Amino acid sequence: MRKHMLWIAVIASSTLTACSSMGVDPWQRQNLAKPEMALDSSPLNTALDDHIYFSKEASSGGRSFGGGGCGCN
Amino acid sequence: MKKNIRLSLAAASCALLGSHGAMAEDKHDVGDWDISAALLFYSEPDRVTATEPVISAKKQIDTDETLTLKLTLDTLTGASANGAVPTNRPQSFTSPSGGTSAYTAAGETPLDESFKDTRVAVNAAWEKPIAKDLTMVLGTNFSTEYDYTSFAVSSTFAKDINNSNTTLMAGLSLGMDMIEPVNGKPVAFGTLQTQGDDDDEDDDGNKVKNGSDDTKSLVDIVVGVTQVIDQNSLFQLSYSLSSSSGYLTDPYKFISVVDPTTGIPLFENNAQPDLPTVVYENRPDSRLKHSVFGQYKRYIGGDVLDTSYRFMVDDWGITSNTIDVKYRWKFADTQYLQPHVRVYQQSAADFYTPFFIDGQQPTVGDTNSEASADYRLGEFMAYTVGLEYGQDNPSNSWSVALEYYLQTGDEPSQAFGELKNQELYPDVDALMLRVVYDF
Repeated sequence: MRKHMLWIAVIASSTLTACSSMGVDPWQRQNLAKPEMALDSSPLNTALDDHIYFSKEASSGGRSFGGGGCGCN
Repeated sequence: MKKNIRLSLAAASCALLGSHGAMAEDKHDVGDWDISAALLFYSEPDRVTATEPVISAKKQIDTDETLTLKLTLDTLTGASANGAVPTNRPQSFTSPSGGTSAYTAAGETPLDESFKDTRVAVNAAWEKPIAKDLTMVLGTNFSTEYDYTSFAVSSTFAKDINNSNTTLMAGLSLGMDMIEPVNGKPVAFGTLQTQGDDDDEDDDGNKVKNGSDDTKSLVDIVVGVTQVIDQNSLFQLSYSLSSSSGYLTDPYKFISVVDPTTGIPLFENNAQPDLPTVVYENRPDSRLKHSVFGQYKRYIGGDVLDTSYRFMVDDWGITSNTIDVKYRWKFADTQYLQPHVRVYQQSAADFYTPFFIDGQQPTVGDTNSEASADYRLGEFMAYTVGLEYGQDNPSNSWSVALEYYLQTGDEPSQAFGELKNQELYPDVDALMLRVVYDF
């Protein structure tokens, strides 16, 4: 478990370091601003899928909060 | 029920990304209600069928302030594996209410035929900017079904930095679930079906159900970063910690007790000789899960590639890997086709026990021992393939998706005797049809 935590810390810190050198100016966001480019562009679909997988598998969440809320698992 | 929290968190990060250059195409006037509805049909051959209508309403309170309300109805009917093993002769199982027996033919997986439920879930999320480049989402979720009630509150904060190219987010969710099993909570490893006239007691007169309800509490913490890479791509990386404690056992799942020589379940009931001896399962009273989730999206000349990966590890001994890939192929200006592939792999929980060899089962009431024959805690792979067709019209948008889901795992290595002739880990497959309409 400790090894996993170390990896998570390394990935998180390197991500933040790398982030500062990426990006675009506000006028270059035309494509990024399209609704289909939202990280969760179809929340209702995502919610329905997550509920199915929550009830059939031993994992949940990840994208955000997970677990609970249903007697199905 | 966590799905709305998930929705809110995603919405928070997306709104921040979109607010500087604009999600203009998705903006509504202040005071507007944006209504969406969805319907899911889910069907496993010979097993569960579910119908799930959802309606969501989002009010634009102010330019960057919204209130989202969602109502979900979840109707389940059909049968679900009860945990017992199949064998070479018919078996019957009394239902959780102690009433009718469910008959299982020789060679068939024993199912709990009384698997019926209607669940109602209500979610609310209030999103509001609280300072420059800082947004807060407060959420609450409530759901109820006949033997289960759940309530949770959450708050998520998202902070824009790096000229709005980076969004940092952190969230906390606290939940409390109440479990009210039919006839009360079973006693750990309580032995069932060994005598004919009283299913509440085993041969020694021990109660197998203690008649009480129980609770579990959930604490979820999420931290993440969303980063714009270039004009066409961005990624998200998040870590979540999920802790649950309390009653985590499935009160309706059994474990078969088999003969040490033949591998055939014991049939000890003289009055009803087709009732095999089974015991109730018992899981740990806490679980700690760590998940790392990464997502990458790229705009490719009108099309969109959406990929994600999740790694999960918990203190039950389960690790899982999930890869999800979608490609949204746009054509004829407003229409798209989106193929979808998902691959999921999980290892078994340390206490996954497909059956007990007689004499090795823990004593009745031994809460220090843990065992479950729930196939969802076993080792398996799952595959989803699907295709979605949609239209993005100026006044309304809709989509329809058909997906096929297959779960497949290896037979338990400890099988012997008759167990080797049976399919102890049958494949489970399902068809899903989803329709979403944005008014």
